[in-house]
Amino acid sequence: MLIIDNLSKSFTHASTNEAIPVLKDINFSAKEGQFICIVGPSGCGKTTLLRTIAGLERQDAGHIYLNHREITAPVTDIGFIFQETTLLPWRTVLRNVEFGLEIAKVPRAQRRKKALDLIELVELKGFEDYYPKQISGGMKRKAALAMSLIVEPKILLMDEPFVALDCQARSQLQEALLNIWEKTKKTIIFVTHNVEEAVFLGDEIVCLSARPAEVHQIVRVDMPRPRDRTSPELNKIRKEILSLMMSQK
Amino acid sequence: MKTSLRFIPVVVLILLWQTLSSLGFIPENRLPPPIQIIAGIKELLFIGMPPGSFLVDHIAESLKRVISGLAIAILTGLALGIFMSYWRTFGEMMHPVVEMLRPIPPLAWVPISILWFGIGNQSASFIIFLGAFFPILLNTISGVLSINQRFVEAAVILGAKRGTLFFKVLLPGAMPSIITGIRIGIGIAWMTLVAAEFTGVKSGHGLGYMIMTARDIQRADLIVAGMAVIGLIGYLIDLIIRKVEQRLLRWV
Repeated sequence: MLIIDNLSKSFTHASTNEAIPVLKDINFSAKEGQFICIVGPSGCGKTTLLRTIAGLERQDAGHIYLNHREITAPVTDIGFIFQETTLLPWRTVLRNVEFGLEIAKVPRAQRRKKALDLIELVELKGFEDYYPKQISGGMKRKAALAMSLIVEPKILLMDEPFVALDCQARSQLQEALLNIWEKTKKTIIFVTHNVEEAVFLGDEIVCLSARPAEVHQIVRVDMPRPRDRTSPELNKIRKEILSLMMSQK
Repeated sequence: MKTSLRFIPVVVLILLWQTLSSLGFIPENRLPPPIQIIAGIKELLFIGMPPGSFLVDHIAESLKRVISGLAIAILTGLALGIFMSYWRTFGEMMHPVVEMLRPIPPLAWVPISILWFGIGNQSASFIIFLGAFFPILLNTISGVLSINQRFVEAAVILGAKRGTLFFKVLLPGAMPSIITGIRIGIGIAWMTLVAAEFTGVKSGHGLGYMIMTARDIQRADLIVAGMAVIGLIGYLIDLIIRKVEQRLLRWV
């Protein structure tokens, strides 16, 4: 269980030294295996929230607990998928996926086997020896996913991972992600500004306000999967969230 | 481009030079014609300058000095470069020191290095080290600073500690820039070497030493032959580094 408890954070303006509040008393939680989406207007602090949960930024106030342990610095239990893919360009797909276990000094044969299994899971079989520059944007996202999964995080934080992909690749990746999520039972916190994406993927949708971000409302999506993107029920929830976001401005 | 094509200008130049010399436009005692230079290279190879000190030995000795100086420059340049770019405060503090030492030509270090190391190999290697060190250092720093910060964060998320970051993220990420630095460094090292050998070598071997001996007996053909050998080896070194670069940087 991940608990975000009254999280607040502000940045200091570079020239005026004024404090700019970014996050304000954020509260929500994620049960094990839950798929949570975070939506909010662009620039509201979604990325900052995610980076703070990962321990990449320090909050001014509030706490983050993962199974009753407070998180203050990056831990391998919390994986992170960046908006821009962070595959190391000098490593092949296989060696990128292996990287986390190489850091943990796991013997080569063992880490290779696990990496190959994950590559199969993300449907990248046959591309093990390609360099990142040689594969498509969608394949890079899949490889980045495998790279994160190899250290067996309990939670996966994803920061608009499918942005900058065309519609078709995006839908395919969403389905692939759901598939992997169902197989691995990870808790996923998925940040997006795309409401359609959020209602298609999430169990719960945390709607943030404009900056400083506050939790505006948490909407449950009680719909079985696979979901139909164009079903009236999904559309209704989508409309509800959109009007909520509009009322913000 | 075809390999044969790129040697056409060299051949044309040599032919033109030979023709002008044969026709008497270039005085032989000032600049010997290519044929004499080739004969000079033969003499250096088989008789030696001074006799008994063969060209191969001179080359070997010079390369030894370059390699030892360069090896130290690469090790220290990489290490200091990574520290200076990882700990920015330290880097900024060191900056004035580096920028004040850098403009001093390696050759201006010859007198003090003779005082420190005496006349000989150590002194020559030190001069070469100085020539190669700064391009390697500066290119390492700019290489590390250009690495996408997300790569570092992603590695930290996966559990990477400082050592892993240095060796598995910063070093490979800066490699394109580092190799450029090494290429410039070797070029300068090679140029510096010959000049360092003019003064910094007692006796015995070295291409610079060989040329100075030829000058002492007024043999323009051997002087130019020595120069030609220096140019050729410099070209070959660059060729080798480019091959290494292609292998190491397939991912770029």
